[in-house]
Amino acid sequence: MSTVTVKQPTAPPVPAAPRPRIGVRRLGRFILPAYTWLVILYTVVPIGVMIAYGFNQAPSGRLTFSWLGFTTQWYQQVFDIPDLTAALEHSLELAFGSTAIALLLGTPLALALARYRRFRARPPIEGTIFLDIAAPSVVVGASLLSFFISLNIARGLVTILIAHVAFNIAFVTVVVRARVTGLDRSLDKAAADLGANPWTAFFKVTLPLIFPGIVAAGLLAFAMSIDDFIITQFVAGQTVTFPLWVYGAVKVGIPPQVFVMGTLIFLGGIILAILNAIFQRRSPAV
Amino acid sequence: MRLAVPSAAGRRGRGAPYALALPGGAWLLLFFLIPILAALSVSLQTGNPVNGFQLTWHFGEYSTAISMYGTQFVRSFEYGAISTGAAFLIAYPMAYWIAFHGGRHKSTYLFLILLPFFVSFVIRTLAWQFILSDQGFVLTTLEKAHLIPAGTHVLSTPFAVIAGLTYNALPFMVLPLYVAIEKIDRRVVRAATDLFARPATAFLRVVLPLSAPGIFAGFLLVFVTNVGDYVNASILGGPGTTMIGNIIQNSYLNDLNYPMASALSSILMAGLLIVIFLYARTFGAATLQEYASA
Amino acid sequence: MSENTPEQHDHLDPALVRGLTSPRYSRAQFLRSAGAGAAGLTLSGVLAACGVSGTAATGKKQSGTDWAAWWKKQKKQGVLDFANWPLYIDTSHGQHPSLNQFHKATGITVNYSEPIQDNQSFYAKISPTLQAGQSIGYDIIVITNGWQLTELIDNGWLIPLDHSQLPNFYKYAGPLFKNPNYDPGNKYTVAWQSGFTGIGYNPKLTGREITSVQDLWDPKFKGHVGMMSDNTELGSVGLLALGIDPATSKVSDWNKAAKILQKQRNQGIVRQYYDQSYIKALENGDVWITQAWSGDIFQANASGSPDLKFVVPKEGIMHWTDNMMIPMHASHPVDALAWMNFYYQPKIAAEVADWVNYITPVPDAKQILMKSDPSVGKSPLVFPTSQMKAAAHEYYVFQNYNEYNTWNGVFNPIIQS
Repeated sequence: MSTVTVKQPTAPPVPAAPRPRIGVRRLGRFILPAYTWLVILYTVVPIGVMIAYGFNQAPSGRLTFSWLGFTTQWYQQVFDIPDLTAALEHSLELAFGSTAIALLLGTPLALALARYRRFRARPPIEGTIFLDIAAPSVVVGASLLSFFISLNIARGLVTILIAHVAFNIAFVTVVVRARVTGLDRSLDKAAADLGANPWTAFFKVTLPLIFPGIVAAGLLAFAMSIDDFIITQFVAGQTVTFPLWVYGAVKVGIPPQVFVMGTLIFLGGIILAILNAIFQRRSPAV
Repeated sequence: MRLAVPSAAGRRGRGAPYALALPGGAWLLLFFLIPILAALSVSLQTGNPVNGFQLTWHFGEYSTAISMYGTQFVRSFEYGAISTGAAFLIAYPMAYWIAFHGGRHKSTYLFLILLPFFVSFVIRTLAWQFILSDQGFVLTTLEKAHLIPAGTHVLSTPFAVIAGLTYNALPFMVLPLYVAIEKIDRRVVRAATDLFARPATAFLRVVLPLSAPGIFAGFLLVFVTNVGDYVNASILGGPGTTMIGNIIQNSYLNDLNYPMASALSSILMAGLLIVIFLYARTFGAATLQEYASA
Repeated sequence: MSENTPEQHDHLDPALVRGLTSPRYSRAQFLRSAGAGAAGLTLSGVLAACGVSGTAATGKKQSGTDWAAWWKKQKKQGVLDFANWPLYIDTSHGQHPSLNQFHKATGITVNYSEPIQDNQSFYAKISPTLQAGQSIGYDIIVITNGWQLTELIDNGWLIPLDHSQLPNFYKYAGPLFKNPNYDPGNKYTVAWQSGFTGIGYNPKLTGREITSVQDLWDPKFKGHVGMMSDNTELGSVGLLALGIDPATSKVSDWNKAAKILQKQRNQGIVRQYYDQSYIKALENGDVWITQAWSGDIFQANASGSPDLKFVVPKEGIMHWTDNMMIPMHASHPVDALAWMNFYYQPKIAAEVADWVNYITPVPDAKQILMKSDPSVGKSPLVFPTSQMKAAAHEYYVFQNYNEYNTWNGVFNPIIQS
């Protein structure tokens, strides 16, 4: 490679672009940032209410709208309501279960979509995934319920699991696929050139490289599952998950434990997100 | 110029993508696609919960559904449109500022916007019920400051429902907008101002169109979710705010009127698809695909 | 020099955001998959051709069982799964004293839960399971007299009670609760609590006394009136407002009632159609006057809202009974009977009545309460006066599904539009 630099013909001098007028600068420097912080504040207010009211006194065991005084008793009595605790357990079981299954099913699907440009089933699969993410929860939940009713399948934990996996596959596929697409194929080919069979190449090269994507997908699937309300309500039968329990209790008055658990889940989610961010930063981005 | 390396697909055989896609694809087919079609067929059945339902290809359910609940359909699309528009107007300046001027703290801002995600959706809406209640902090303060007449209530009004919908939509709107705006090559904008475009023009004719894929994605996520929502209407709403989601939920889970419920669900789905394709058509989805670097 | 370097948004997986922002789907692709969809339609058409079976079929299967012999074979198991409405049993510091005493006396552990929010949605939840011939996981459920209870009986989804194990019921239950018209001979049910639906209001906010059902239509209370979302309650109060007795009403009456209820709604008088949450709204002042259940008002008075009043309007009040029953395929039927029998002791009924403040089916509890908690013992809401009993009306009893459906069709649009 030569290091000859080619001299560009000098362009005729162009007058400098006019600087934005003062009004616009003010917009950029003060108004927009202030606006952004205002919106962030607005976003955070309900979270603040949830955390605060978890410390509110509630003599009748149900929260009132007014502030009655500070207490940490609910944090000590978090698991005092057996129904609520059971509902939380169900939610966690479903979240772990559906995330695991969705990862198992979605990762190969993502690989197929990212790696193989043309195969017959590709357009319908892409369409289905698009539809899965785009379809309103009411329709998806209602359809699954119709399906289970037609086949006389009893609604319960299993049907909720099926439903959660069904929508989580789409999210997992999207996330992992984008990660796979961003990978350099030459590494994969290098492994093949070095004599690795497809399985070894996958486990020793591809998988470690896409692992951050899998982790991110797993976190997203977990969050979607634990928070799902509408679809779950349709296919739950008599089983109660955490969001369902809360919704049911709204009518009569929620116990403070609900806000306490919400706060704990919130903190847990934040810790996971921070860990994920650190993890993404430290893993090799190819 | 591509190197002539034998493609991995060629060597492993053409079955590989099918084998990989099979488990996931099968699940989606069995537990997503087929149920949607099953719901369609249930809408064509007649009967009652006592004597059972039979498939009779009875299309009359659809006309009954529209005549009984046409108002709720229209209302749901209205609320969906308003909340999507509001979310867009709120989110865009913020996404713009974070993308262009966020500097090193971009991640932090986005993280803060996404915070509500970590709180259960039902709890979020419930918290708004606390905040907006007649005895809550907001209303009592405004009443004391004489900014609103005493006895105003926010809950049980369409305003409360739309506010709830908008709030829940924000993260879904900010995120795609941010990503799309962030991708815009700053040099293009610079070029526009170099060519003596006023900042407003530069924005309207360069930044906004280039962020179109993000707008589409945001619109898709938010509009679809909000039109079909019923939780906001249930917790924050009152008479006159019933959305089609409430009717569908009630028909399935309380009335056990499966044909009506399925008919409503199918109409909703069809309506949404029509709107999405109209939108995509107007803004040229085919060209958007070229913009977006899939 | 590009300012959009990848690292700046890598805390959010770029994968997700790319996925979100790249529309990958064109019209052509949609049309192609629509073709596939049409093929699937025929498949599912075949699937669903079997249809959805109805509930009536299961009823016929149960009629042949010899229940006396069946009960002889059942044994106490030491566990009881009791499903009830919220706030419907004595509660103290997270415990239920009556259940604890039951455990002490019989050794049976009670798993108490409160999944029942309203009859219709609970029935809708359990009916598919019962239809499939499976246990719903509860040994005792509490259902109000009405269409759902009639259905449960007609479908054969309740286990007939073994009266030989319920001596306390026959000894202590009030005459009103023996042999009710919705369950002759108490074949399947014994009463849990009973109550009235009347009007609850806050005199400080309404500014005046309330005397008539028509006060719910007063334009002065615009935006602050609560009505019930249970269409049986709503329709009945509409009929009362017109001076019609709901139990003997006809379809033409229902339409008249629907008209005035619609007017009330159109004028913006109704704040919301509530289920049990009306009491919260009344307590915090969102509504000033509302349809109300007698016991809720009493409880509210005792827990921080002493101003609220329950009134028997001159047109009358509705009377209902919540009943305990044993669903089919319950796992611990003998334990269920043990609780029912235990409950009907005046001492225990008094404990529950003291907290729940609805009408107890055990009149002898009154003497006990006069000594231990006179405010409850004297309350007409717990031990109604003969005037109240005279003003009480019964709900319309639906003869078949069509009538029920007609009622729904008349009154649902008011709540749902």
